[in-house]
Amino acid sequence: MKPWFEVRDLYLPRAPHFTLHVEHLSLERGEVLAIVGPNGCGKSTLLLALAHILKPVQGEIRLNGHLPANDLAYRRQIALVLQDALLLNTSVWNNVTLGLRFRGLPRPEVRRRAEYWLERLGIRHLAHWPATKLSGGEAQRVSLARALALEPALLLLDEPFAALDAPTRERLYTDLQAIWRETQTTTLLVTHDLEEARRLGTRLGIMLAGRIVQMGAPEEVLARAAGEQVGAYLKHSHPKRAFNP
Amino acid sequence: MDTEILAIILLSLRVSLTATLISLLVGLPLGTALALSRFRGQTMLLSLINTGMGLPPVVVGLVVAMLLWRSGPLGTLNLIYTPTAIIIAQTLIALPVVVGLTASALQQVDERLRWQLAGLGASTWQQVLTLWLEARLPLLAALMAGFGAVISEVGASMMVGGNIKGQTRVLTTAIVLETSRGAFDRALVLGGLLVGLTFLVNWGLTVIQQRGRR
Repeated sequence: MKPWFEVRDLYLPRAPHFTLHVEHLSLERGEVLAIVGPNGCGKSTLLLALAHILKPVQGEIRLNGHLPANDLAYRRQIALVLQDALLLNTSVWNNVTLGLRFRGLPRPEVRRRAEYWLERLGIRHLAHWPATKLSGGEAQRVSLARALALEPALLLLDEPFAALDAPTRERLYTDLQAIWRETQTTTLLVTHDLEEARRLGTRLGIMLAGRIVQMGAPEEVLARAAGEQVGAYLKHSHPKRAFNP
Repeated sequence: MDTEILAIILLSLRVSLTATLISLLVGLPLGTALALSRFRGQTMLLSLINTGMGLPPVVVGLVVAMLLWRSGPLGTLNLIYTPTAIIIAQTLIALPVVVGLTASALQQVDERLRWQLAGLGASTWQQVLTLWLEARLPLLAALMAGFGAVISEVGASMMVGGNIKGQTRVLTTAIVLETSRGAFDRALVLGGLLVGLTFLVNWGLTVIQQRGRR
Protein backbone atom coordinates (compact mmCIF):
# COMPACT_ATOMS: atom_id res chain seq x y z
CA MET A 1 0.00 0.00 0.00
CA LYS A 2 1.30 3.45 -0.94
CA PRO A 3 2.05 5.92 1.85
CA TRP A 4 -0.36 8.83 2.39
CA PHE A 5 2.43 11.35 1.87
CA GLU A 6 5.74 10.65 0.19
CA VAL A 7 8.82 12.70 -0.70
CA ARG A 8 11.64 11.44 -2.91
CA ASP A 9 15.02 12.97 -3.64
CA LEU A 10 14.13 16.51 -2.62
CA TYR A 11 17.04 18.83 -3.26
CA LEU A 12 17.16 22.52 -2.41
CA PRO A 13 20.44 24.44 -1.95
CA ARG A 14 20.31 27.23 0.64
CA ALA A 15 23.78 28.72 0.27
CA PRO A 16 25.80 29.46 2.30
CA HIS A 17 24.13 27.60 5.17
CA PHE A 18 23.23 24.09 3.96
CA THR A 19 21.68 22.10 1.16
CA LEU A 20 18.38 20.47 1.92
CA HIS A 21 18.49 16.92 0.65
CA VAL A 22 15.75 14.47 1.58
CA GLU A 23 16.28 11.14 -0.12
CA HIS A 24 13.05 9.61 1.14
CA LEU A 25 10.37 10.63 3.58
CA SER A 26 6.92 9.15 4.00
CA LEU A 27 3.98 9.46 6.34
CA GLU A 28 1.11 7.08 6.83
CA ARG A 29 -2.37 8.51 7.23
CA GLY A 30 -3.00 9.80 10.75
CA GLU A 31 0.67 9.69 11.68
CA VAL A 32 2.47 12.50 13.51
CA LEU A 33 6.08 12.70 12.40
CA ALA A 34 8.23 14.98 14.53
CA ILE A 35 11.50 16.12 13.02
CA VAL A 36 13.96 17.56 15.46
CA GLY A 37 17.24 19.31 14.83
CA PRO A 38 19.36 22.26 15.93
CA ASN A 39 18.62 25.80 14.81
CA GLY A 40 19.65 26.45 11.21
CA CYS A 41 19.70 22.79 10.14
CA GLY A 42 16.97 23.31 7.53
CA LYS A 43 13.78 22.33 9.36
CA SER A 44 11.79 25.40 8.30
CA THR A 45 13.17 25.15 4.77
CA LEU A 46 11.97 21.55 4.65
CA LEU A 47 8.43 22.58 5.63
CA LEU A 48 8.37 25.48 3.16
CA ALA A 49 9.54 23.14 0.41
CA LEU A 50 6.91 20.56 1.39
CA ALA A 51 4.30 23.34 1.25
CA HIS A 52 5.43 24.21 -2.31
CA ILE A 53 6.35 27.70 -1.12
CA LEU A 54 10.08 27.31 -1.74
CA LYS A 55 10.81 25.58 -5.03
CA PRO A 56 13.18 22.63 -4.81
CA VAL A 57 15.71 22.18 -7.62
CA GLN A 58 14.54 18.59 -7.90
CA GLY A 59 12.32 16.15 -6.08
CA GLU A 60 8.94 14.51 -6.09
CA ILE A 61 6.15 15.04 -3.61
CA ARG A 62 3.09 12.77 -3.64
CA LEU A 63 -0.02 13.27 -1.56
CA ASN A 64 -2.47 10.39 -1.40
CA GLY A 65 -0.45 8.73 -4.16
CA HIS A 66 -0.78 11.64 -6.60
CA LEU A 67 1.68 14.19 -7.88
CA PRO A 68 0.13 17.66 -7.38
CA ALA A 69 -1.63 19.06 -10.46
CA ASN A 70 -0.35 22.56 -9.58
CA ASP A 71 0.97 24.48 -6.59
CA LEU A 72 -2.35 26.06 -5.66
CA ALA A 73 -4.36 22.84 -5.88
CA TYR A 74 -1.75 21.13 -3.71
CA ARG A 75 -1.58 23.95 -1.15
CA ARG A 76 -5.35 23.81 -0.81
CA GLN A 77 -5.03 20.25 0.46
CA ILE A 78 -2.53 21.11 3.17
CA ALA A 79 -2.24 23.66 5.97
CA LEU A 80 0.81 25.40 7.37
CA VAL A 81 1.31 26.79 10.88
CA LEU A 82 4.44 28.85 11.51
CA GLN A 83 6.27 29.65 14.75
CA ASP A 84 4.75 33.13 14.88
CA ALA A 85 0.98 33.05 14.56
CA LEU A 86 1.12 35.80 11.86
CA LEU A 87 -2.50 36.77 12.36
CA LEU A 88 -4.09 39.48 10.26
CA ASN A 89 -4.99 42.81 11.83
CA THR A 90 -8.68 41.95 12.04
CA SER A 91 -10.99 39.88 14.25
CA VAL A 92 -10.24 36.35 15.43
CA TRP A 93 -13.24 35.17 13.40
CA ASN A 94 -11.87 36.68 10.19
CA ASN A 95 -8.54 35.02 10.86
CA VAL A 96 -10.00 31.58 11.51
CA THR A 97 -12.19 31.73 8.41
CA LEU A 98 -9.40 33.03 6.16
CA GLY A 99 -8.31 29.77 4.49
CA LEU A 100 -11.94 28.65 4.17
CA ARG A 101 -12.77 31.86 2.33
CA PHE A 102 -9.70 31.44 0.10
CA ARG A 103 -11.18 28.10 -0.91
CA GLY A 104 -14.55 29.70 -1.65
CA LEU A 105 -16.50 27.37 0.65
CA PRO A 106 -20.19 28.14 1.12
CA ARG A 107 -20.90 30.53 3.97
CA PRO A 108 -22.82 28.02 6.21
CA GLU A 109 -19.90 25.59 5.92
CA VAL A 110 -17.41 28.35 6.79
CA ARG A 111 -19.51 29.22 9.84
CA ARG A 112 -19.90 25.60 10.93
CA ARG A 113 -16.21 24.83 10.75
CA ALA A 114 -15.09 28.11 12.35
CA GLU A 115 -17.52 27.69 15.25
CA TYR A 116 -16.46 24.08 15.77
CA TRP A 117 -12.72 24.81 15.82
CA LEU A 118 -13.03 27.96 17.93
CA GLU A 119 -14.96 25.85 20.45
CA ARG A 120 -12.58 22.90 20.16
CA LEU A 121 -9.56 25.06 20.90
CA GLY A 122 -11.31 26.90 23.73
CA ILE A 123 -11.29 30.34 22.11
CA ARG A 124 -14.90 30.78 21.05
CA HIS A 125 -15.31 33.66 23.51
CA LEU A 126 -12.57 35.51 21.60
CA ALA A 127 -14.27 35.23 18.18
CA HIS A 128 -14.97 38.95 17.84
CA TRP A 129 -11.79 40.18 19.51
CA PRO A 130 -9.12 41.94 17.49
CA ALA A 131 -6.40 39.38 16.82
CA THR A 132 -3.73 41.93 17.74
CA LYS A 133 -4.95 41.99 21.36
CA LEU A 134 -4.39 38.28 22.03
CA SER A 135 -1.73 36.71 24.24
CA GLY A 136 0.90 34.47 22.62
CA GLY A 137 -0.93 31.28 23.62
CA GLU A 138 -4.31 32.56 22.39
CA ALA A 139 -2.77 33.72 19.11
CA GLN A 140 -1.24 30.30 18.51
CA ARG A 141 -4.61 28.66 19.26
CA VAL A 142 -6.18 30.92 16.62
CA SER A 143 -3.43 29.93 14.21
CA LEU A 144 -4.08 26.24 14.88
CA ALA A 145 -7.85 26.69 14.57
CA ARG A 146 -7.29 28.48 11.24
CA ALA A 147 -5.26 25.52 9.97
CA LEU A 148 -7.40 22.70 11.42
CA ALA A 149 -10.61 24.27 10.08
CA LEU A 150 -9.26 23.47 6.62
CA GLU A 151 -9.42 19.75 7.47
CA PRO A 152 -6.05 19.36 5.74
CA ALA A 153 -4.78 16.14 4.22
CA LEU A 154 -1.41 17.15 5.68
CA LEU A 155 -0.76 19.56 8.53
CA LEU A 156 2.69 21.17 8.58
CA LEU A 157 3.73 22.64 11.93
CA ASP A 158 6.87 24.77 12.16
CA GLU A 159 7.80 25.09 15.85
CA PRO A 160 4.34 26.39 16.79
CA PHE A 161 5.04 26.15 20.53
CA ALA A 162 8.54 27.64 20.58
CA ALA A 163 7.52 31.12 21.71
CA LEU A 164 5.12 29.96 24.43
CA ASP A 165 5.72 29.66 28.17
CA ALA A 166 5.81 26.16 29.70
CA PRO A 167 2.25 25.97 31.17
CA THR A 168 0.68 27.36 27.96
CA ARG A 169 2.72 24.91 25.90
CA GLU A 170 1.67 22.04 28.14
CA ARG A 171 -2.05 22.82 27.70
CA LEU A 172 -1.63 23.07 23.94
CA TYR A 173 0.19 19.72 23.82
CA THR A 174 -2.71 18.07 25.63
CA ASP A 175 -5.34 19.67 23.42
CA LEU A 176 -3.47 18.91 20.22
CA GLN A 177 -2.90 15.28 21.16
CA ALA A 178 -6.64 14.90 21.82
CA ILE A 179 -7.38 16.51 18.43
CA TRP A 180 -4.97 14.15 16.69
CA ARG A 181 -6.59 11.12 18.31
CA GLU A 182 -9.99 12.36 17.25
CA THR A 183 -9.30 13.60 13.71
CA GLN A 184 -6.34 11.44 12.67
CA THR A 185 -4.82 14.46 10.97
CA THR A 186 -1.58 13.48 9.26
CA THR A 187 0.99 15.88 10.67
CA LEU A 188 4.62 16.78 10.13
CA LEU A 189 5.99 18.79 13.03
CA VAL A 190 9.45 20.33 13.11
CA THR A 191 10.98 21.54 16.34
CA HIS A 192 14.33 22.12 18.01
CA ASP A 193 12.93 20.72 21.29
CA LEU A 194 13.77 17.03 21.59
CA GLU A 195 11.39 16.45 24.49
CA GLU A 196 8.53 18.04 22.54
CA ALA A 197 9.33 15.87 19.51
CA ARG A 198 9.45 12.75 21.68
CA ARG A 199 6.13 13.51 23.33
CA LEU A 200 4.17 14.54 20.28
CA GLY A 201 5.58 12.38 17.50
CA THR A 202 4.44 8.88 16.74
CA ARG A 203 7.72 8.76 14.84
CA LEU A 204 10.84 10.81 15.33
CA GLY A 205 13.31 12.09 12.73
CA ILE A 206 16.67 13.70 13.41
CA MET A 207 17.77 16.41 11.02
CA LEU A 208 21.34 17.68 10.80
CA ALA A 209 22.78 20.04 8.17
CA GLY A 210 19.88 19.71 5.73
CA ARG A 211 19.53 15.92 5.90
CA ILE A 212 17.28 13.60 7.85
CA VAL A 213 19.92 11.33 9.31
CA GLN A 214 17.80 9.02 11.44
CA MET A 215 14.15 8.08 11.64
CA GLY A 216 12.20 5.69 13.79
CA ALA A 217 9.99 5.21 16.84
CA PRO A 218 10.92 7.91 19.40
CA GLU A 219 12.22 5.57 22.10
CA GLU A 220 14.14 3.55 19.54
CA VAL A 221 15.87 6.64 18.10
CA LEU A 222 16.66 7.95 21.56
CA ALA A 223 18.05 4.61 22.66
CA ARG A 224 20.18 3.96 19.62
CA ALA A 225 21.68 6.97 17.86
CA ALA A 226 22.79 6.31 14.29
CA GLY A 227 26.36 7.51 14.34
CA GLU A 228 28.50 9.87 16.34
CA GLN A 229 26.98 13.09 15.04
CA VAL A 230 23.46 12.06 16.05
CA GLY A 231 24.76 10.78 19.38
CA ALA A 232 26.49 14.09 20.07
CA TYR A 233 23.39 16.03 19.11
CA LEU A 234 21.11 13.89 21.28
CA LYS A 235 23.50 14.08 24.21
CA HIS A 236 23.72 17.84 23.87
CA SER A 237 19.93 18.23 23.55
CA HIS A 238 19.01 15.77 26.26
CA PRO A 239 22.01 15.52 28.61
CA LYS A 240 20.20 13.54 31.31
CA ARG A 241 19.70 10.51 29.08
CA ALA A 242 22.34 8.06 28.08
CA PHE A 243 22.70 7.51 24.34
CA ASN A 244 24.35 4.61 22.62
CA PRO A 245 25.72 5.51 19.22
CA MET B 1 -20.06 82.44 -3.90
CA ASP B 2 -19.92 83.60 -7.52
CA THR B 3 -20.25 81.09 -10.33
CA GLU B 4 -16.70 81.67 -11.50
CA ILE B 5 -15.24 80.55 -8.17
CA LEU B 6 -17.62 77.59 -8.06
CA ALA B 7 -16.44 76.56 -11.55
CA ILE B 8 -12.82 76.89 -10.43
CA ILE B 9 -13.45 74.69 -7.34
CA LEU B 10 -15.26 72.04 -9.37
CA LEU B 11 -12.54 71.97 -12.02
CA SER B 12 -9.80 71.76 -9.36
CA LEU B 13 -11.58 68.82 -7.74
CA ARG B 14 -12.31 67.07 -11.04
CA VAL B 15 -8.75 67.40 -12.29
CA SER B 16 -6.96 66.48 -9.06
CA LEU B 17 -9.28 63.62 -8.09
CA THR B 18 -9.04 62.16 -11.61
CA ALA B 19 -5.23 62.41 -11.55
CA THR B 20 -5.15 60.81 -8.08
CA LEU B 21 -7.49 58.02 -9.18
CA ILE B 22 -5.40 57.26 -12.30
CA SER B 23 -2.18 57.28 -10.28
CA LEU B 24 -3.83 54.91 -7.80
CA LEU B 25 -5.01 52.52 -10.53
CA VAL B 26 -1.55 52.48 -12.11
CA GLY B 27 0.57 53.04 -9.01
CA LEU B 28 -0.96 50.45 -6.67
CA PRO B 29 -0.19 47.45 -8.93
CA LEU B 30 3.22 48.91 -9.86
CA GLY B 31 4.19 49.55 -6.24
CA THR B 32 2.93 46.09 -5.29
CA ALA B 33 4.97 44.41 -8.02
CA LEU B 34 8.03 46.39 -6.93
CA ALA B 35 7.58 45.40 -3.30
CA LEU B 36 6.84 41.73 -3.80
CA SER B 37 9.30 40.77 -6.51
CA ARG B 38 13.07 40.52 -6.64
CA PHE B 39 14.97 41.50 -9.79
CA ARG B 40 18.23 43.09 -10.88
CA GLY B 41 18.13 46.86 -10.81
CA GLN B 42 15.32 46.93 -8.25
CA THR B 43 17.20 49.23 -5.88
CA MET B 44 18.02 51.60 -8.74
CA LEU B 45 14.38 51.65 -9.85
CA LEU B 46 13.21 52.33 -6.29
CA SER B 47 15.76 55.14 -6.01
CA LEU B 48 14.43 56.68 -9.24
CA ILE B 49 10.86 56.45 -7.98
CA ASN B 50 11.84 57.96 -4.64
CA THR B 51 13.51 60.79 -6.55
CA GLY B 52 10.31 61.16 -8.57
CA MET B 53 8.42 61.71 -5.30
CA GLY B 54 10.25 65.01 -5.01
CA LEU B 55 10.08 65.92 -8.69
CA PRO B 56 9.44 69.68 -9.11
CA PRO B 57 6.01 70.19 -10.74
CA VAL B 58 7.49 72.80 -13.10
CA VAL B 59 9.82 70.15 -14.54
CA VAL B 60 6.86 67.83 -15.11
CA GLY B 61 4.98 70.78 -16.60
CA LEU B 62 7.88 71.52 -18.93
CA VAL B 63 8.10 67.92 -20.19
CA VAL B 64 4.33 67.57 -20.67
CA ALA B 65 4.17 70.98 -22.38
CA MET B 66 6.93 69.97 -24.80
CA LEU B 67 5.11 66.73 -25.58
CA LEU B 68 1.70 68.35 -26.06
CA TRP B 69 2.89 71.56 -27.75
CA ARG B 70 1.34 72.06 -31.18
CA SER B 71 4.65 71.23 -32.87
CA GLY B 72 5.49 68.49 -30.30
CA PRO B 73 5.23 64.70 -30.76
CA LEU B 74 1.68 64.62 -29.37
CA GLY B 75 0.66 68.04 -30.71
CA THR B 76 -1.92 66.61 -33.09
CA LEU B 77 -4.01 65.54 -30.11
CA ASN B 78 -4.73 69.24 -29.36
CA LEU B 79 -4.50 68.72 -25.63
CA ILE B 80 -2.30 71.65 -24.61
CA TYR B 81 -4.22 74.20 -22.49
CA THR B 82 -7.01 71.75 -21.71
CA PRO B 83 -8.06 70.14 -18.40
CA THR B 84 -6.83 66.82 -19.85
CA ALA B 85 -3.31 68.26 -20.10
CA ILE B 86 -3.45 69.23 -16.42
CA ILE B 87 -4.69 65.72 -15.53
CA ILE B 88 -1.75 64.19 -17.44
CA ALA B 89 0.78 66.43 -15.68
CA GLN B 90 -0.77 65.88 -12.24
CA THR B 91 -0.89 62.12 -12.79
CA LEU B 92 2.84 62.17 -13.50
CA ILE B 93 3.38 64.13 -10.28
CA ALA B 94 1.23 61.82 -8.11
CA LEU B 95 2.33 58.53 -9.67
CA PRO B 96 5.82 58.29 -8.10
CA VAL B 97 4.32 59.25 -4.74
CA VAL B 98 1.74 56.46 -4.90
CA VAL B 99 4.19 53.88 -6.32
CA GLY B 100 6.95 54.72 -3.83
CA LEU B 101 4.73 54.79 -0.75
CA THR B 102 2.85 51.63 -1.84
CA ALA B 103 6.13 49.75 -2.26
CA SER B 104 7.37 51.03 1.09
CA ALA B 105 4.08 50.10 2.84
CA LEU B 106 4.12 46.54 1.48
CA GLN B 107 7.80 46.01 2.16
CA GLN B 108 7.05 46.68 5.81
CA VAL B 109 4.62 43.76 5.98
CA ASP B 110 6.35 40.67 7.43
CA GLU B 111 7.63 38.59 4.50
CA ARG B 112 6.57 35.42 6.31
CA LEU B 113 2.95 36.57 6.11
CA ARG B 114 3.06 35.79 2.37
CA TRP B 115 4.30 32.29 3.18
CA GLN B 116 1.53 31.93 5.73
CA LEU B 117 -1.12 33.05 3.25
CA ALA B 118 0.25 30.67 0.61
CA GLY B 119 0.28 27.92 3.23
CA LEU B 120 -3.42 28.54 3.85
CA GLY B 121 -4.21 28.11 0.16
CA ALA B 122 -4.33 31.71 -1.08
CA SER B 123 -3.93 32.28 -4.81
CA THR B 124 -1.50 35.01 -5.88
CA TRP B 125 -4.39 37.46 -6.30
CA GLN B 126 -5.82 36.55 -2.87
CA GLN B 127 -2.37 37.07 -1.33
CA VAL B 128 -2.10 40.53 -2.89
CA LEU B 129 -5.62 41.54 -1.81
CA THR B 130 -4.95 40.34 1.74
CA LEU B 131 -1.64 42.24 1.87
CA TRP B 132 -3.39 45.41 0.64
CA LEU B 133 -5.97 45.02 3.40
CA GLU B 134 -3.24 44.39 5.95
CA ALA B 135 -1.34 47.51 4.81
CA ARG B 136 -4.51 49.60 4.41
CA LEU B 137 -3.38 52.36 6.78
CA PRO B 138 -0.11 53.26 4.99
CA LEU B 139 -1.78 52.68 1.59
CA LEU B 140 -4.44 55.27 2.39
CA ALA B 141 -1.65 57.57 3.56
CA ALA B 142 -0.05 57.08 0.12
CA LEU B 143 -3.33 58.08 -1.51
CA MET B 144 -3.58 61.19 0.69
CA ALA B 145 0.01 62.14 -0.11
CA GLY B 146 -0.69 61.74 -3.85
CA PHE B 147 -3.80 63.92 -3.66
CA GLY B 148 -1.98 66.48 -1.52
CA ALA B 149 0.82 66.71 -4.07
CA VAL B 150 -1.51 67.49 -6.99
CA ILE B 151 -4.19 69.66 -5.44
CA SER B 152 -1.48 72.02 -4.15
CA GLU B 153 0.79 72.20 -7.20
CA VAL B 154 0.72 75.26 -9.41
CA GLY B 155 3.67 75.12 -11.82
CA ALA B 156 2.53 72.25 -14.02
CA SER B 157 -1.13 73.38 -14.10
CA MET B 158 -0.03 76.83 -15.18
CA MET B 159 2.33 75.58 -17.89
CA VAL B 160 0.12 72.96 -19.53
CA GLY B 161 -3.29 74.45 -18.64
CA GLY B 162 -2.52 78.08 -19.37
CA ASN B 163 -4.82 79.37 -16.58
CA ILE B 164 -7.59 80.16 -19.11
CA LYS B 165 -10.66 81.65 -17.47
CA GLY B 166 -13.62 79.28 -17.53
CA GLN B 167 -11.57 76.50 -19.09
CA THR B 168 -8.37 75.58 -17.27
CA ARG B 169 -8.26 77.90 -14.28
CA VAL B 170 -7.87 75.92 -11.09
CA LEU B 171 -7.60 77.15 -7.50
CA THR B 172 -3.80 77.33 -7.37
CA THR B 173 -3.41 79.15 -10.70
CA ALA B 174 -6.26 81.51 -9.77
CA ILE B 175 -4.44 82.40 -6.52
CA VAL B 176 -1.28 83.19 -8.47
CA LEU B 177 -3.24 85.40 -10.86
CA GLU B 178 -5.12 87.31 -8.13
CA THR B 179 -1.88 87.85 -6.20
CA SER B 180 -0.09 89.17 -9.27
CA ARG B 181 -3.00 91.61 -9.74
CA GLY B 182 -2.68 92.75 -6.13
CA ALA B 183 -6.18 91.40 -5.34
CA PHE B 184 -5.03 89.87 -2.07
CA ASP B 185 -8.53 89.59 -0.58
CA ARG B 186 -9.70 87.35 -3.47
CA ALA B 187 -6.41 85.41 -3.35
CA LEU B 188 -6.89 84.86 0.39
CA VAL B 189 -10.46 83.60 -0.09
CA LEU B 190 -9.27 81.20 -2.81
CA GLY B 191 -6.41 80.09 -0.56
CA GLY B 192 -8.86 79.39 2.27
CA LEU B 193 -11.08 77.43 -0.11
CA LEU B 194 -8.09 75.38 -1.30
CA VAL B 195 -7.06 74.52 2.24
CA GLY B 196 -10.69 73.74 3.21
CA LEU B 197 -11.16 71.51 0.18
CA THR B 198 -7.92 69.65 0.84
CA PHE B 199 -8.97 69.20 4.46
CA LEU B 200 -12.39 67.81 3.46
CA VAL B 201 -10.94 65.19 1.11
CA ASN B 202 -8.22 64.20 3.58
CA TRP B 203 -10.76 64.10 6.42
CA GLY B 204 -12.87 61.62 4.43
CA LEU B 205 -9.83 59.45 3.71
CA THR B 206 -8.63 59.68 7.33
CA VAL B 207 -12.05 58.54 8.61
CA ILE B 208 -11.81 55.49 6.34
CA GLN B 209 -8.20 54.93 7.44
CA GLN B 210 -8.93 55.10 11.15
CA ARG B 211 -11.96 52.80 10.82
CA GLY B 212 -9.45 50.30 9.43
CA ARG B 213 -7.55 50.33 12.74
CA ARG B 214 -10.45 48.77 14.65
